[in-house]
Amino acid sequence: MRNATNARIIWIAALVMAAYGGENDTFLLRNATVHPVSAPAMENASVLVVDGKIAEVGAKIAPRGKVKVIEGRGLHVYPGMIDSGSPIGLAEIASVRETVDTGEIGDFNPQLRALIAVNPSSEHIPVVRANGITAVLVTPGATGGGRGGAAGSLIAGQASLMHLDGWTWEEMEIRRGAALQMTWPVIQSARGRGDLETLFQALGARRTTFAEARRNQQQQVQKIQEFFDAARRYQTARAAGEAVDPDLRYEAMIPVLEGKEPLMITAAREREIREALDFAARERLRIVLAGVRRPGKTLEEIAKRNIPVILGTTFATPLEEDDPYDDPFTLPARLHKAGVKFAFASFGVQFARNLPYQAAQAVPFGLPYDEALKSVTLYPAQIWGIDPEYGSIEKGKYADLIVTDGDPLEIRTQVKMMFIKGVPVDLESKHTRLYKRYSARP
Amino acid sequence: MRRAILTGVFSAAALLAADVTVIQNATIHTVTKGTLKGSIVIRDGKIADVGEKVMTPAGARIVDATGKHVIPGIIDAHTHIALDSINESSVSVSSMVNVAEMLNPESISIYQALAGGVTACNSMHGSANAIGGQNVVFKMRWGADARGLVFDKAKPSIKMALGENPKRQGSPQGLQIPGLQSPQNLRYPGTRMGVEDVIRDAFTRARAYQREWKDYEARKARGEKLLPPRRDLELEPLVEVLEGKRLVHAHCYRADEILMLIRVFDDFNIRGVTFQHVLEGYKVAKEIAGRGHGASTFSDWWSYKVEAYDAIPYNAAIMHRKGVLVSLNSDDAGGAELMRRLNTEAAKVMKYGGLSADEALAMVTINPAKQLQIDRWVGSIETGKDADLVIYDKDPLSIYAKVEKVFIDGKQYFDRDEDMSRRPKLEAEKEGLRKKLLDQQKQAAPQNRRPS
Repeated sequence: MRNATNARIIWIAALVMAAYGGENDTFLLRNATVHPVSAPAMENASVLVVDGKIAEVGAKIAPRGKVKVIEGRGLHVYPGMIDSGSPIGLAEIASVRETVDTGEIGDFNPQLRALIAVNPSSEHIPVVRANGITAVLVTPGATGGGRGGAAGSLIAGQASLMHLDGWTWEEMEIRRGAALQMTWPVIQSARGRGDLETLFQALGARRTTFAEARRNQQQQVQKIQEFFDAARRYQTARAAGEAVDPDLRYEAMIPVLEGKEPLMITAAREREIREALDFAARERLRIVLAGVRRPGKTLEEIAKRNIPVILGTTFATPLEEDDPYDDPFTLPARLHKAGVKFAFASFGVQFARNLPYQAAQAVPFGLPYDEALKSVTLYPAQIWGIDPEYGSIEKGKYADLIVTDGDPLEIRTQVKMMFIKGVPVDLESKHTRLYKRYSARP
Repeated sequence: MRRAILTGVFSAAALLAADVTVIQNATIHTVTKGTLKGSIVIRDGKIADVGEKVMTPAGARIVDATGKHVIPGIIDAHTHIALDSINESSVSVSSMVNVAEMLNPESISIYQALAGGVTACNSMHGSANAIGGQNVVFKMRWGADARGLVFDKAKPSIKMALGENPKRQGSPQGLQIPGLQSPQNLRYPGTRMGVEDVIRDAFTRARAYQREWKDYEARKARGEKLLPPRRDLELEPLVEVLEGKRLVHAHCYRADEILMLIRVFDDFNIRGVTFQHVLEGYKVAKEIAGRGHGASTFSDWWSYKVEAYDAIPYNAAIMHRKGVLVSLNSDDAGGAELMRRLNTEAAKVMKYGGLSADEALAMVTINPAKQLQIDRWVGSIETGKDADLVIYDKDPLSIYAKVEKVFIDGKQYFDRDEDMSRRPKLEAEKEGLRKKLLDQQKQAAPQNRRPS
């Protein structure tokens, strides 16, 4: 029975592949269980896609004219998943500097746009999308494992929303300036690459005292303030029609200062979160908090001010040795309980395909399943402001769809088909190619 | 006195059920003998009985596991947890050092691993040298001292490493740290050719050393009076490898270097090596299986360095299908991040390659046990084996499952409910300490800040 289903899927996939690249964004997917995410699941339902958009979702949709029919019996349809932070396309092999384009030199680089440096031929792209991820917020900042020029700047540049398919980065674009990526300074005696610092200490270098570390951090905060002040003077002068020398850095700040583009601030611990919240309030900025790990008492305020949060991996070990062993597992449930809207990000490339499991890991520790599913589909679309077109299976939205043999958050589930704007997407990758090649080695 | 006598009486009465625990009505994944619904009797730290129907001795502690799943304790064949020092990287052959000396029983990783269903692990020397140091196998007996953690029945082993890591110290483009590394103190080897030479040279010297001792023993047996050879602490562990008394765990990535080591070991007649990481093992699965070597790999790591760029998540499945004994490991060092979810790492071989649930579970239980040669005591749920058991609330191969209880040697070392109920008290204690510290700081601060 299962074999028959598989055979049919392969046949359909073959049919679909043959037409790939053409005007192939109209079809009727029928007899499947449809999970719109924005509404309860519908069994034996169909999705009609016309010109890349969802035209109808329901129990009985009559095929119109010669529309292509895809049989979905025994399968499940979900919206494609969205990763709210990954340098995918900018970083290929973490340890090889030449293949890494994150982390530009300099503290303030709001003018940089992640999308324009995305390598559409990156081997990571097909690997990640094969697990049901159709869109990513590609981030310019240095991330764990990535070795860019700088250890980590304060404003890294503009993160862009993009699809995980396209011949060029232009074709992959959803929104070029989706958010400005910023890191709130941390009080730390070891700045930069941890390992090196430890080594220097081992070699007898003097340890930075807390007071010194605190002073360093306050200087960084001061720098941020000065940069925003300067950007605001530039904005005011421009608005007043004064003759100013154009400055691409300040130009890039204007949408943020006007609240049109969110500022995505990485802040893990209570102290940094508190400072970032105060800063945002003072500057009247629209912010998204990222990489929150130990929010402590700030949780209430985050909820009250409706500030969305992007969570990193739930799999991490606790930040402090004496934190409960399950602290990272329960964090999403605690945010949910406090009324905070959040989405998940892989914040990496290597494990970006495990995004659905990051969300699922929070379920046995208190997060309702539906919330976990929304945190990788509808919520990121809402947080990044693309929910009129993405994030759920609703009439009028783009058909970014995945067809699976079960719950996409469960490890054993296979993604059988994917559509981006209604166009079927190849699910083969370097990994499946090598698998086939070496399985066949005599 | 009276109380002592009374206690004695009670003890005698309880003797029948001394140290007996029965886990009842569970779905039991024995791993080696199928899955059944039934009970497990634990007596004196060992599994006394497993079956659909078992005899429950009167007075036994009953653990109701209705609707729950039991698996043998997870075994991680490759970690570096609870070690205060991992790499002795100043020499190309550091076989004389032993990480067991560095075991820190207070490392929180032990508890985190335990709470993730891991009951034993192989904590190893690092990969900085072609031939590294000696490793330690221990059980997560949280609370025991360093000696009490060690699984003393495990066969001793040694770490080896091929590829990028051992040649890094020999690369002028490698890790550049002023004062530590300069063209003057580059360390041989700096190429994969050199790595092969270091290994071949070391075992050649070990063989000569072994012969020297054999000659000495033979002449001594003939009644000759002579001085014994000088002990060589570098070569002694390598002689043990030659004699099959010490296992080898060889860190490797690329197919060429895996094949290289197989051929070197062919020449020295060394068998039963476990290749570690072995991310291109799928390309030479036939050669690995042909010599009876094993492989301990990652589920889905790749691309973090050049030698990991051809890594695929189907590696475990291909190697398994071609007859290699495969386990999945964490390589955790700082904390037990991956270690505590090896159950779902195992589930990935079902997704990538379509292996069965039993094959998946075997890769984190009985297979690593075989690789560490501790499978006589642990790795499956069988009568006579150590009662190292994990109770999950759901199918352990599901991402939605969580660990509820963990037993090692029949003793309960982790209980989620107990852990949760301890938290308010711990939090209050922490708060108290925080306050005390603040008070002390206040008192220590000068009362009068005016200049005198």
